[in-house]
Amino acid sequence: MSRQPRASGYFRTGYAQDLKLVQTRAERASLALLGAVLLAFPFLASPFLLDLANQVFLASIGALALMLLTGYAGQISLGHAGLMAAGAFTVGILFRETQAPFWITLPAAAAVGAVLGVVFGLPSLRLRGLYLAVSTLALHFLVVYLGGEYEAKRGFSTGILIDPPVLAGMAITSGHAWYGILGTAAVATLLLCLNLLRSGTGRAWAAVRANETVAAALGIGVAGHKLLAFVISSALTALAGALFAYHRGFVSVEAFSLFLSIQYVAMIIIGGMGSLLGAILGAVFVTLFPYGIEVALRALPGAQRYAGTLFAVNYAAFGFVMILFLVLEPLGLVGIWRRVQTYFLLWPFKHRPLAGRRR
Amino acid sequence: MQLAVNITVLAAIYALIACGYVLVYRVSRVLNLAHGELMMLGAYLLLMTATQFSSHWLAALTAAVLLSLSTGVLVYVFLMRKMTGEMVLAAVLTTVALGILLRGAMVLIWSAQQFYPAQPLQIANVAIALPGGARISLCAALLVLTTALVYGALLTFLRFGRWGVRMRAAGQNPLLAAQRGINLHAIYALAWGLSTLTGALAGMLIALDAGLNQTMAIIGLKAFPAALVGGLDSLAGALAGALIVAAAEILLINYVDPLLSEVVPFLVLIAMLIVRPWGLFGTREELDRV
Repeated sequence: MSRQPRASGYFRTGYAQDLKLVQTRAERASLALLGAVLLAFPFLASPFLLDLANQVFLASIGALALMLLTGYAGQISLGHAGLMAAGAFTVGILFRETQAPFWITLPAAAAVGAVLGVVFGLPSLRLRGLYLAVSTLALHFLVVYLGGEYEAKRGFSTGILIDPPVLAGMAITSGHAWYGILGTAAVATLLLCLNLLRSGTGRAWAAVRANETVAAALGIGVAGHKLLAFVISSALTALAGALFAYHRGFVSVEAFSLFLSIQYVAMIIIGGMGSLLGAILGAVFVTLFPYGIEVALRALPGAQRYAGTLFAVNYAAFGFVMILFLVLEPLGLVGIWRRVQTYFLLWPFKHRPLAGRRR
Repeated sequence: MQLAVNITVLAAIYALIACGYVLVYRVSRVLNLAHGELMMLGAYLLLMTATQFSSHWLAALTAAVLLSLSTGVLVYVFLMRKMTGEMVLAAVLTTVALGILLRGAMVLIWSAQQFYPAQPLQIANVAIALPGGARISLCAALLVLTTALVYGALLTFLRFGRWGVRMRAAGQNPLLAAQRGINLHAIYALAWGLSTLTGALAGMLIALDAGLNQTMAIIGLKAFPAALVGGLDSLAGALAGALIVAAAEILLINYVDPLLSEVVPFLVLIAMLIVRPWGLFGTREELDRV
């Protein structure tokens, strides 16, 4: 992971310092501020905003998982929604058939995700790039079909209802409780990803992404690391799907269309490939985007006329924004953020001094 | 007998759509995932021209075909041209985004209701009895005929036509082709135009046969496995792939489970990717190039 340059001459003098996640006082202060805002948010926000925050947390878990796979290990997947569906349906089926509590269903969902990760990952040993994307796309349709089959055969044709999880004798239904749970889960996922990426595994992924032949020559087990990336990413995704199912209280195949996969890919593209911050920014952007469009449409004169076409406007605008990012800003939101950061770090100068002239 | 007819019609649909995937992929190595939406756009364009020239069905069809040809060229000139030389994934995702944009725009313009473009054109979709007790609708027969004509024309064009040879050259080695004075952008634009044209033809004929609503793009996506099974860079392969996928789909629907219809093409696709990822007639080196 590349650290951003700092304005001051901050030099690390020991390995312990190098390993710290939070390094300077400014970083510590801004993180503390962010933490305080996140903690205070549920007490100040309206229920609607709280629900939005919960959706953002859920999306961040999925986006982080996809970022591990695509942004770091370099394996393209268009089957993300299929994995989410697998997690959600594991919860739904276990709950409907055996009344299992959440501390059984969640690990089970993760296990199903991991197994499916092997299935989704096996083609990656042979296929690359486009063909891999296509194989994951095909598997997505397969998983969703199996879910639909279960719904149809067991008579839940409109979807499976799931009771809220019971923690310490209390059913979790309020937005505040969910905010705590989903927020913790998102932060835990972020920490897991951060630490995974600076471990040997993360470095091996980076090597595999850069050049498989060179990675193999360096003694990295290419096949094993590809599969590992798929397994970890899929387990996290299935977990996100399971949490999604509990949060909604309802599982149905309609929620896991191809469009959801595309939305997740859009998150990591819009956020910025190869950056965990990008995954989170992208998740925030894509989740809030439809609501932003709605607000913008309301502000226009004659709001009632647009009410019926809101869905279509959303769709078109989403495609348009995605094209804009792909064509004009391939680095995504993170690219913009870094540019702003560099501008202020270098101010009043415009350009970084050339590398050779530094001393 | 009816089964064989059904398979032929479905195979013709898939083949007509799949050759659009093949054309663009073969020339520019871009997988066009917006093909289904472009095809649907073609059908809606026919609906538009049908109300304009309601008495002359030939005029309406020609106008719609020309419109969709220019749509394809415009898509290349204004969008995909900017993505040449970018990562493969970025180009593919651009087409995905284009598909989403088009789908939203089409709902906005034409709403989600069902249309029958055959009505303003006064084309009666009569059923024709075939020997053996099978029946085929006029439009479906027209579709099979069109597919045969389109494939014949495309294969001749690529084999003997001046621009066809240029297209093959650009697909084989863009750098050398450009050095020999071939205008790559013109070739790519032509490939997009032709691909959209064939897709739109398929869309129009399906719409004439069975009506038109917003779910048509799914057929476009289901035709994609046909292209891949045959080999993404082979036109003859697309024909064979379409036949395999259509046969598998019709037989499984008939004898196993009608719900399977949505997944059968993708099951065939997975099987093919496991056994022979480059497809029946595809070039093997393809895999390492992407």
